[in-house]
Amino acid sequence: MSQIFSKANMEALTNPLNLNNPVLIQVLGICSALAVTAQLEPAIVMGLSVTIITAFSNLIISLIRKSIPNRIRIIVQLVVVAALVTIVSQVLKAFAYDVSVQLSVYVGLIITNCILMGRLEAFAMMNKPWPSFLDGIGNGIGYAIILVIVGFFRELLGAGTLFGMQVVPDWCYEHGYVNNGMMTMPAMSLIIVGCVIWAHRAYNKDLQ
Amino acid sequence: MEHLISLFVRSIFVDNMIFAFFLGMCSYLAVSKSVKTALGLGVAVTFVLLITVPVDYLLQMYVLGPNCLVEGVDLSFLSFILFIAVIAAIVQLVEMIVERFSPSLYAALGIFLPLIAVNCAIMGASLFMQQRVTMPDTNSQAITCIWDALAYALGSGIGWLLAITCLAAIREKMAYTDVPRPLQGLGITFITVGLMAMAFMCFSGLNL
Repeated sequence: MSQIFSKANMEALTNPLNLNNPVLIQVLGICSALAVTAQLEPAIVMGLSVTIITAFSNLIISLIRKSIPNRIRIIVQLVVVAALVTIVSQVLKAFAYDVSVQLSVYVGLIITNCILMGRLEAFAMMNKPWPSFLDGIGNGIGYAIILVIVGFFRELLGAGTLFGMQVVPDWCYEHGYVNNGMMTMPAMSLIIVGCVIWAHRAYNKDLQ
Repeated sequence: MEHLISLFVRSIFVDNMIFAFFLGMCSYLAVSKSVKTALGLGVAVTFVLLITVPVDYLLQMYVLGPNCLVEGVDLSFLSFILFIAVIAAIVQLVEMIVERFSPSLYAALGIFLPLIAVNCAIMGASLFMQQRVTMPDTNSQAITCIWDALAYALGSGIGWLLAITCLAAIREKMAYTDVPRPLQGLGITFITVGLMAMAFMCFSGLNL
């Protein structure tokens, strides 16, 4: 039992949450982080999907890592990831159709999400299945956290709602508060991610 | 003919891969440090797009679509796996052909060619093409024949090339500016791209 939750394993899980965050530090998986965060709900669904896919693709590749010929490993990895993404996409279509319409092509684009390929190449190809699984979960959650932060600010400031429910009270609007329509535009998500990176680096001085 | 030109121009400026959909962001941020390499990657992406989008279009029309292969069977849930396999195979093929016939171009593109297989702009263009195939003919974004697919691929590629070259030029100049320390590097790059995306928003009403 102690081996399953050893120090090294826990680090594989917790490092990506902060000091080795896939979005803020490794600069992976930016595309979808920006595109699906206009509202909180699709951001959370996207974060969960990526967590599940990263964890299981890490696990599968790590299990078969010794039998993959080196020259064709990218195609093997892509096929495993594509199969998992197809499953997740079908499940989303069946149980959360509205969100899957909102996410449109970005569910399919999880295949080319660099977090997946990056973790498969950097971690799963040289580590045992269990640490790889934890690493996948850690990176997925680290990615999801950023999505939730960006989605929170964009929905709150852009539409005055959270999860589609109004949170800015009516008297604010009566006194002249106006939603910032700019926030729902794609361009602002880039600037918000830039500010999150700024805050993160200002807080962790050794990253500068 | 009008439709072709409209599709081409709109895919460069209005539906720009980077500024409207954030596709290919990872390599966009990583490789935009100097204009020369940025130009090389941009040309490589355009080149690969020009081959993969029409091939995926033919696949969609004659294999995956409803009632194509077998009467009453819609295979489009297989599109993720098939598209990514086509892209990986074509990138490998292009790499070998370029290496054989133009060693100088091969040396210039270097590591970028294999990386293109996991560039989301390539996969994204194919997935958007798949969405647009189902649009009615009157829609200005619809792709109805292989020439439309080619025009869309060329426009998307040139749009991406334009975006990465502009950012590289700005970043070369920015090396001499005094940016606050936590914001240096990644943070300021994000904010720059955000401002560029805002500038590109002024094309959004463009219609031919």
